[in-house]
Amino acid sequence: MTPDTLVDVRSLKKYYPVTGGVFRRRIADVKAVDGVDLALKRGECVGLVGESGCGKTTLGKAVLRLHKATEGRIYFGQDPALVEKVEVMLAAADPAERSRGRALARTMDLNRLSGRALLALRQKIQVVFQDPTNSLDPRMLVRDIVAEPLTAQHLVKPQDVESRVLELLAIVGLTPDHLLRYPHEFSGGQRQRIAIARALATSPEFILMDEPTSALDVSVQAQILNLLKRLQAEFHLTYLFVTHHLLVVKYISHRIAVMYLGKIVETGPTSEIFERPLHPYTRALLSAIPVPDPLTRREKIILSGDVPNPIDPPAGCRFHPRCPHAREICRTAEPPLAPVDAGGRTVACHRWREI
Amino acid sequence: MRPAGAGALAETRDLVTNFYTFEGVVHALNGVSVVIRRGETYGLVGESGCGKSVTVRSLMRIVQAPGRIDSGAILLFLNDSDQGAGVEILERTETYMQSIRGSDISMIFQEPGAALNPVLSVRDQVGESFRLHRMEQMIDETLAGLEESRRGMRSGSPRRLVRALQGALLRAESRGFKRFAAAVSRIDAELAQLESRDEAAARIRREALNDARDRARPRGGASAVARRIPLLRRYRRPLDATIRRHVVELLRSLGIPNPANVAERYPHELSGGMQQRIVIAMALACHPTLLVADEPTSNLDVTIQAQIVELIKDLKRSTISSVLFITHDLGLVAEVCDRVTVMYAGDVSETAAVAELFARPLHPYTQGLLASVPKVDQREELSMIPGAVPNLIRPPEGCRFHPRCPRRMEVCSREKPPAVEHLPDHWVACHLYPPAVRKAAAGGTT
Repeated sequence: MTPDTLVDVRSLKKYYPVTGGVFRRRIADVKAVDGVDLALKRGECVGLVGESGCGKTTLGKAVLRLHKATEGRIYFGQDPALVEKVEVMLAAADPAERSRGRALARTMDLNRLSGRALLALRQKIQVVFQDPTNSLDPRMLVRDIVAEPLTAQHLVKPQDVESRVLELLAIVGLTPDHLLRYPHEFSGGQRQRIAIARALATSPEFILMDEPTSALDVSVQAQILNLLKRLQAEFHLTYLFVTHHLLVVKYISHRIAVMYLGKIVETGPTSEIFERPLHPYTRALLSAIPVPDPLTRREKIILSGDVPNPIDPPAGCRFHPRCPHAREICRTAEPPLAPVDAGGRTVACHRWREI
Repeated sequence: MRPAGAGALAETRDLVTNFYTFEGVVHALNGVSVVIRRGETYGLVGESGCGKSVTVRSLMRIVQAPGRIDSGAILLFLNDSDQGAGVEILERTETYMQSIRGSDISMIFQEPGAALNPVLSVRDQVGESFRLHRMEQMIDETLAGLEESRRGMRSGSPRRLVRALQGALLRAESRGFKRFAAAVSRIDAELAQLESRDEAAARIRREALNDARDRARPRGGASAVARRIPLLRRYRRPLDATIRRHVVELLRSLGIPNPANVAERYPHELSGGMQQRIVIAMALACHPTLLVADEPTSNLDVTIQAQIVELIKDLKRSTISSVLFITHDLGLVAEVCDRVTVMYAGDVSETAAVAELFARPLHPYTQGLLASVPKVDQREELSMIPGAVPNLIRPPEGCRFHPRCPRRMEVCSREKPPAVEHLPDHWVACHLYPPAVRKAAAGGTT
């Protein structure tokens, strides 16, 4: 953990109950996120990659506190030294020490905040969703959409709202004559610009990007990606960029976290992961990207089978039923996310050294 | 107009398809001419709304209302007899199209969840192709099987009598199918001769023939009666078993684990990748000459996408002649296709072999598109095409790309550029490459 950490997620779990029987009792859990540790530095863009159903959106929503995680802590903008102290207390053997740790964490943990404290934090956390057609209210004018966070948080005086909205629209590349229009009058790319302007309204520190370009066309995607990159540098923003499009992640993020079935299997700086993927799943994922160049013919790793059901994930390493390198130990013991080198790379695999 | 060239399998000429919506007429296709050759994987690539899906829907004549094919021609060169002029399918009847769809040309749709019927089991859905297009063969195989099992039985035993009855009814059905097939092929042969003739007599005769083809049905005689009577209806059970055997065999050949079990499942019980395999199985049931794949992997995960793409490539090598692959992903095009056409807003921008197109994109749109995709070794800022895809109710005059084009000229807003073979087998529709200076430019830097 470094001193400039902004978001620190510790052993986060999110289970969705599955009910059944006459009394709708809880009979099982969908383990959407099952013990995730992830830290984001200030001004950094971390790409969260994985296939559908791996829990990347669930993790993002937990960081936004759109839903409450089942277990674990999310520290947002806390003093790293203090966080470390609390974590040590929580892990202590002495029950009294642990309960003191819990009391301390209550005021720091985003997952347990409520009321005013939470409202204040919400200002600093924003989101851009995947499909701007659904995330913008079709009955609201662009002016009202972008102004809503400002008025809800009472950030500017009513008479200044419009000038601030105009300023935001200019930042994302829209003009004042867009102000009094409805979302359906815009193209997909412009709608996504409106959504970005709304996210910027409260001057956030952290923005969750939940597949912001996957509903857009290729030529427009490039516009939005360049805009996001420029905004990040300009406002010193921190992004958690959730996507399944690996080349987009490669272009925009500094670090990558690869998720598989509720767990992070590998993290590291983007260039290093693309140059030398360690986890067999990351390797398969990277080799499966269709490369827009007919002259490069790479050896493809075709995984067999599908992603298992997260209600009943495989024992041991969750990837072992599809892994070409699985051995006996992979079926029984779950590999921890262990550091590889001093450069902040981690991997959760028993055999990464050998393969 | 460019010539069909040798080895063409399907061709569209100046196809215009419009959609008559409440907001106005959507000019979805603005004179699209493409040629799909025998034995190639042909890619159609473009952004949403560029008309790539409408092109193939027109090709299969499944454009849905309020859409309509307003002008142009679609020619098919399916077998040797019509190698010359081709079959102009816009003049044929719907029943003719039905006999082609799923048997000579079949299609894989984008969303396997929506392409499959939720209330039918996999066996019924895949079996439908066999029932519709290969019924004769199915009946013959069943009859052979019945004969086999009857031989082992004591003469006069009740089970042997049942077999004999089943056989008789199936034979009656088979006779009906054979008569039907003979009549239809007679009509089609005569139609093919009349195809391009324009005098009044030929037109009237064509109409009469098309009508007759519409009315033609297989008549089963006794079997048609038996199908209406509850107990006798069961004479078809051995036929169902034969079809099921074929379905399981087909599923196995597509690498589906435990095919006998999967055949009895319903679509919702299968994962997305598995559903897409079932859709592919339906498309392949009759060994089509042309497989149309409309964004077959865009809703699947990358690792599953890799599986499906590999499957289609394998099938291309082993069973199907040509594949028409529609996608918006230039990466997939580079990996799968031999030749590719780039479309923009209902116009064909550029057509070339894949390696050629990626190495020497001529059209400014193709250049912009290729530059705006993040590369594996992307370092500098992504270049982008300004603006957005135009609304096709009021498309730009002249070249439809000109409002976004970095190299637009004065002529671009007035005239639609013609398709020009600027380099050998590399066609481009852009005023930068006028037909007259073709030779001079071909020796130049491009």
